[in-house]
Amino acid sequence: MRYVVSLNRALHQLMSEDERVYLLGEDVLDPYGGAFKVTKGLSTAFPNRVITTPISEAGITGVATGMAIRGLRPVVEIMFGDFLTLCADQIVNGACKFHWMYDNQVPVPVVIRAPMGGRRGYGPTHSQTLESLFLNVPGLTIVAPSCFHNAGRLLYDTVQNTDTPVLFVESKLFYPKQLRVPDGNNRIDHFFVKTLTNHSRIFPSISLSLVEAEAPDVTLIVYGAMALLATKAAFNLFMEHEIVVEILIPSLVKPLPVSDILPSVHRSKRVIIAEESVCYSGWGAELASQIQQAEFDSLIKPVGRIGAKDIPIPSSRIMEDQVLVQAEDIEEEIKRIVS
Amino acid sequence: MKLISKEIKKTVSDELREKLHYQMILIRLFEEQVLELFSQGLLFGTTHCCIGQEANAVAVIGNLREDDIIVSNHRCHGHYLARTEDVQGLMAELMGRSGGVCSGRGGSQHLCKGNFYTNGVQGNMVPVAAGMALAEKKKGTDSIVVLFIGDGTFGQGVVYETLNMISLWQLPILIVVENNRYAQTTPITMNFAGTFSGRAEAFGLASGEIEADDVIRLKNRFADIIKTVRKQNCPHIEVIHTYRFCSHSKGDDYRPREEIKFWREKDPLKKLEKQMPVELQLKLREQAKVKIEQAVTKAENMPFANLNENS
Repeated sequence: MRYVVSLNRALHQLMSEDERVYLLGEDVLDPYGGAFKVTKGLSTAFPNRVITTPISEAGITGVATGMAIRGLRPVVEIMFGDFLTLCADQIVNGACKFHWMYDNQVPVPVVIRAPMGGRRGYGPTHSQTLESLFLNVPGLTIVAPSCFHNAGRLLYDTVQNTDTPVLFVESKLFYPKQLRVPDGNNRIDHFFVKTLTNHSRIFPSISLSLVEAEAPDVTLIVYGAMALLATKAAFNLFMEHEIVVEILIPSLVKPLPVSDILPSVHRSKRVIIAEESVCYSGWGAELASQIQQAEFDSLIKPVGRIGAKDIPIPSSRIMEDQVLVQAEDIEEEIKRIVS
Repeated sequence: MKLISKEIKKTVSDELREKLHYQMILIRLFEEQVLELFSQGLLFGTTHCCIGQEANAVAVIGNLREDDIIVSNHRCHGHYLARTEDVQGLMAELMGRSGGVCSGRGGSQHLCKGNFYTNGVQGNMVPVAAGMALAEKKKGTDSIVVLFIGDGTFGQGVVYETLNMISLWQLPILIVVENNRYAQTTPITMNFAGTFSGRAEAFGLASGEIEADDVIRLKNRFADIIKTVRKQNCPHIEVIHTYRFCSHSKGDDYRPREEIKFWREKDPLKKLEKQMPVELQLKLREQAKVKIEQAVTKAENMPFANLNENS
């Protein structure tokens, strides 16, 4: 099943099972069905609960927050994740504050869906991975399914279970791609798959490894769109250099599911973190810090990090590729840390 | 004969006058006590008092039902007290004590109790209030939302996004604009182009304007508006031209003395008191005073709220 279909079916299921679920967003009505078609068919099936809105990202985030406070379960679609900057006050000083600030008197189950990421040539304001801006906002949960996760299931569980705001980050690169689900032997392509369930229980991390080694040579940690690049790099490194990589792909971006990560780090003693966002002050910085605090004594080398260069994302695909991390960059970084 | 019936219609019951007066004096004395405690260093952070604007709160809120929703702003003590008369919970909240309405987490501008919500960022609550109205409309209740904002709030872009949506979707929301003529220290002439009615008209919204000096007139006017908003399930903006006698928060009052004096002479509380026996006024004032003093004493004896007991 394609990533976009998985998400779309989850929304259909949510709306048919729970009358409290509403969908708000720009251009979400049929026949268009949303810029990336995640909402296709919903307005036909649930005309009263799918609300197409003006181009007012801050406004609709606030409206959804108000609906959530009054007992509904709204899902907001932000057409491009880049536009979350417009919603920032509503998220930071509104939605994420109310539950705690009001002494736990009100639940705020609002889910904000936003497609992120580049590699489609959309240029500086439609290609970013901006969730890292929201990492240090208390009260916010950030979830990002990769194509190795059951994306729809994650969305379903998120909307069903949350009592506080969730930023649900989708990968626009993955929308047309097939989900990579394990076969009967628990393999995806050539990789052995393990599903790790952290404290959250509903936001698993995926572990991928080409050999079931006692101790991999390196632990590679990525999330979202980086997952496919990570498998490409791991495959090449094993074939050409016999380097065994364990790839960890959390679906929970914030808070960090450290209990899924530390055991692998303890065994491999080497860590590379790769992210699509700007490397500077990114998600990987917090993760590296937590890994080093917990596993300093077992690490052979400092935690390695790669991410996008500290400049806007160019429209030209040639330059875009130079700004964003490529599979070869991951391979180089792993070869460096293993040598 | 006709003249007499008109007279009767105009006359409000003594009971109502007494109730409005008690609430207004309670808010006035509470705010004066807050300023006093603030100078003694007994409160945390800053505070925004509404001295002079009490009539707006009691007139509007006095027309609401328990299931109606009130959304307010940084200057929210009056609205909160008009709704709840919870002097104790608010005082303890301002003092950071465990018995505060939000256990000391929110403080002066971040209150929640029942269907009452406030937040401290200008304009932040405007779309949130619209969402609450949308929720009630979708749920099929006939609760309405009353949102209090100020003249200064119109500087925020999200206000205009929301005016558009409440009109498009015909939401049951009453926006009460308390035009106190100043955005903190900046006079309205320096931060507000055009008119209130022009803004409402641009979005196809029903609107009106009223002076704040007569609480009875205010109450009657809002009774009509609220009835319409509820019955027709549609939005309305009403501007109350008012004035705060105190500074915006603390130490930021640079308005001309004569201007403040001019407005103090139009004090809605004084105007109401002129229609009441002196003994009754004194009795109500004393009741309010005792209630506030008891709240302060009780709050001072409460432990400070801390994370260990309520994370």
